Amino acid sequence: MSLLLLPLIIFFAGALLQMVFGRRVAVVRVAGPAITVAGALAGLIPVIRAFGGKSVTASLPWSMPFGSFSVEMDGLSALFALPILVICALAAVYGSEYLKSFEGKKNLAGFWFFFNVLAGSMLLVVTARNAILFLLAWEVMSLSSFFLVIFESEQEHARRAGWTYLVATHIGTAFLLVLFCMLGAQAGTLDFSGFSAAGMAPKFLSAAFLLAVIGFGTKAGFMPMHVWLPEAHPAAPSHVSAVMSGVMIKTGIYGLLRVLTHLGTPPAWWGWVLVAIGAASGILGIVFALSQHDIKRLLAYSSVENVGIITAGIGIGMLGMSYGNDAMMLLGFAGALLHVLNHSIFKSLLFLGAGSVLHAAATREIDRLGGLMKRTPFTGAAFLAGSVAICGLPPLNGFLGEFMIYLGSFKALTGSAAACPAAGVVVIAALALIGGLAAVCFTKAFGMIFLGEPRSDAAAHAHECGPAMRIPMLVLAALCVAVGLAGPFIPKLLIPAVQVLAGRQMTDGNFFAPTERLLTNISLFATGVLALSALLLVLRTRLLRNKPVSESVTWDCGYAAPTARMQYTASSYADPVVRLFKLFLQTRRKFVSPKGLFPEKSSFSSATPDFYRERMYRPAFNATEKFLTRFQWLQHGRLNLYILCIMVTLIVILVWKLR
Amino acid sequence: MIILLDTLLVTLILTGFLLLGSSRLGASIRISALQGIMTGLLPLALEHGDLFSYVSLLGVAVIGLKGYVFPRLLFSALRESDTSREVQPFVGYMASLFFGILFLMGSFWLDTRLNLPVHSSSDLLVPVAFSLMSCGLFLIVARRTAMSQVIGYLVLENGIYCFGLAVVSGMPLLLELGVLMDIFVAVFVMGIAIYHINREFDHIDADRLSALKG
Repeated sequence: MSLLLLPLIIFFAGALLQMVFGRRVAVVRVAGPAITVAGALAGLIPVIRAFGGKSVTASLPWSMPFGSFSVEMDGLSALFALPILVICALAAVYGSEYLKSFEGKKNLAGFWFFFNVLAGSMLLVVTARNAILFLLAWEVMSLSSFFLVIFESEQEHARRAGWTYLVATHIGTAFLLVLFCMLGAQAGTLDFSGFSAAGMAPKFLSAAFLLAVIGFGTKAGFMPMHVWLPEAHPAAPSHVSAVMSGVMIKTGIYGLLRVLTHLGTPPAWWGWVLVAIGAASGILGIVFALSQHDIKRLLAYSSVENVGIITAGIGIGMLGMSYGNDAMMLLGFAGALLHVLNHSIFKSLLFLGAGSVLHAAATREIDRLGGLMKRTPFTGAAFLAGSVAICGLPPLNGFLGEFMIYLGSFKALTGSAAACPAAGVVVIAALALIGGLAAVCFTKAFGMIFLGEPRSDAAAHAHECGPAMRIPMLVLAALCVAVGLAGPFIPKLLIPAVQVLAGRQMTDGNFFAPTERLLTNISLFATGVLALSALLLVLRTRLLRNKPVSESVTWDCGYAAPTARMQYTASSYADPVVRLFKLFLQTRRKFVSPKGLFPEKSSFSSATPDFYRERMYRPAFNATEKFLTRFQWLQHGRLNLYILCIMVTLIVILVWKLR
Repeated sequence: MIILLDTLLVTLILTGFLLLGSSRLGASIRISALQGIMTGLLPLALEHGDLFSYVSLLGVAVIGLKGYVFPRLLFSALRESDTSREVQPFVGYMASLFFGILFLMGSFWLDTRLNLPVHSSSDLLVPVAFSLMSCGLFLIVARRTAMSQVIGYLVLENGIYCFGLAVVSGMPLLLELGVLMDIFVAVFVMGIAIYHINREFDHIDADRLSALKG
């Protein structure tokens, strides 16, 4: 049996067996996560092989018309499969404790069934080499994650989020269906290996590209198609959000890249489209994140931002490809792929951290939290590591991916084979803006949740989570640091995948050599920074030894009775930036100002609903509903008349044909 | 053999008409059982030569299911539901019979137009198949109680079965067993559904179920 089939079998068969035989609470608690971990471990073997340069393939007989059960793990698949396996396993361990409060109230056997099916289907999506198999896995992935989103279906917002997600993902799949039908009709086969750009009209290729951008972009969260993310991520249990945001949306990026490998050398405007989408998603994503009050919603918008960064990197890579600028192509693709890996690490860390905050204080409202660093120091430290990484600050991993995309963009401006300087400028400017805004956004999130004084009773009585939730966060935080320090080894990880994208062997190490030197320097510098910090910490403890350390209230200008309500709030902290972008945000404010010398009542509230949801999708869907309501008389509920309609139609067709 | 075959076919048409014209549900079930037995006998009357043992096995299975199991299921559902007759059909009994005759004529016309590669010694087989199919569909459309609709479904299936016998020489046994299995499950589900509809609503009028519409 092939190595690649084993993890798939463990995920799917394990899920089924556990659903049938292991429904007792005590069994489910252990068996569910154990299946995920076992599947992930089995899956790592082919991934490691693929990184070593050897693709692992497998095929099974399958009697589906036009389908063939052929799977392959090559460099590109491995790069996406690695986070899928690692994050799913860690999230499962986290979930075993996180879900304890639902035991006896919820069908946890069902939950773990869908969780393991989701893990297996994601692995199948990135390894499938046949359009039918791919679409099947894609749909299984969408449906299983839908059931995970509506886990708390007794709450109205969870059901609404589920529907939004279901509609969005199916609209995306519709585009993919058309895309694969087009490619298949042209190639005469639905096997990926048969797809080739040779002999296809440019118009046809461009149509395929646009279909792929819309279809896969809906899953990945490109800017106007992102509306399901800020709904679905907050509604799902936190470790599911971690999996969905950390790795599932990346399958959209994977699909786009995989299709691009079959479309030949791209014309320049394809690269431009991706650069534009990337810049727009990145900037608007982080601006929307800034204005949110719900921690998980904030993180969801931040995923839109990071997908934007990844897309911009891919855009730079494609521009490099179409202008024949190899350095630009390699750095763009490599940066994007590295950011895929990095984002999956720190975004799942942040979602797990948010879950632990929710677990501790029972609220996701940033303005009702505060002071958690003292009460839950471990979660605080983990969240801090994730925040630093997501802002792209140097010692941690987030910096490296963005840095490579920067380098690629600079290659567009300089050097002998300068190509498309305008795109370079756009990406550099967008990345710089995103970096600054991300810093504001995550200082807001971390500062308001973990620093200061608790703003509610729940936050004041928060408690730290147990070991099963801590260990995954610890592992992820350690990965953030480790990848940040592993600069010299990173190109080796990326080269197999980049070769698949470039469509040729990169035996000449020239392009990566300078980058490798740079990355080595960065890692050395990062080690230095960490060592210095450790030194300062040791120094501090030593200096403070044997000296009295006392705690007192914050400096309050001599005011006698400070309360927690006098602190900066999250919305006041973000307000200057939110005002700057009010054209896009359309934040609604309700402000009752204090009146008179002894003011009694005053209040302020603000809300930022999704601009696209409100202005684009709601009107469009309302209009569709209005139009379709006209046909509601057809839905009268009389079975007889339905059957009569079918019968009359059949007879008319038959008579018409035979007349 | 031709005489036997034609006798069976004519009986099938007549039972179809009887169903169209009967208001008592108990009688309808008995007639449909008779029709089921007739369809079960059909393959025995067709010449199949070497396939005889297979075909006779199939015939026995069909007779067992349609002549014994289904009627029993339907009768028990009928007893539970306390309904004995179709009170207000959408289309009256005389009009139904008239439609039945129209269907028969249409079926003969269809047969002349289709030119099917028929493997049967009788010219009647295909028209009878079409007329049973249309009678079945008509029963589903024109009757109010769920019981009549189930019977209509059975008649429709009998028609499809006859058609299969006519067109495919030596009906693939497995295929037909699959179809039998399908309708067995379907009738089973319908029987349970009728029982539950009745328990919830005190009647088995399918048309009144539209009150459930949101």
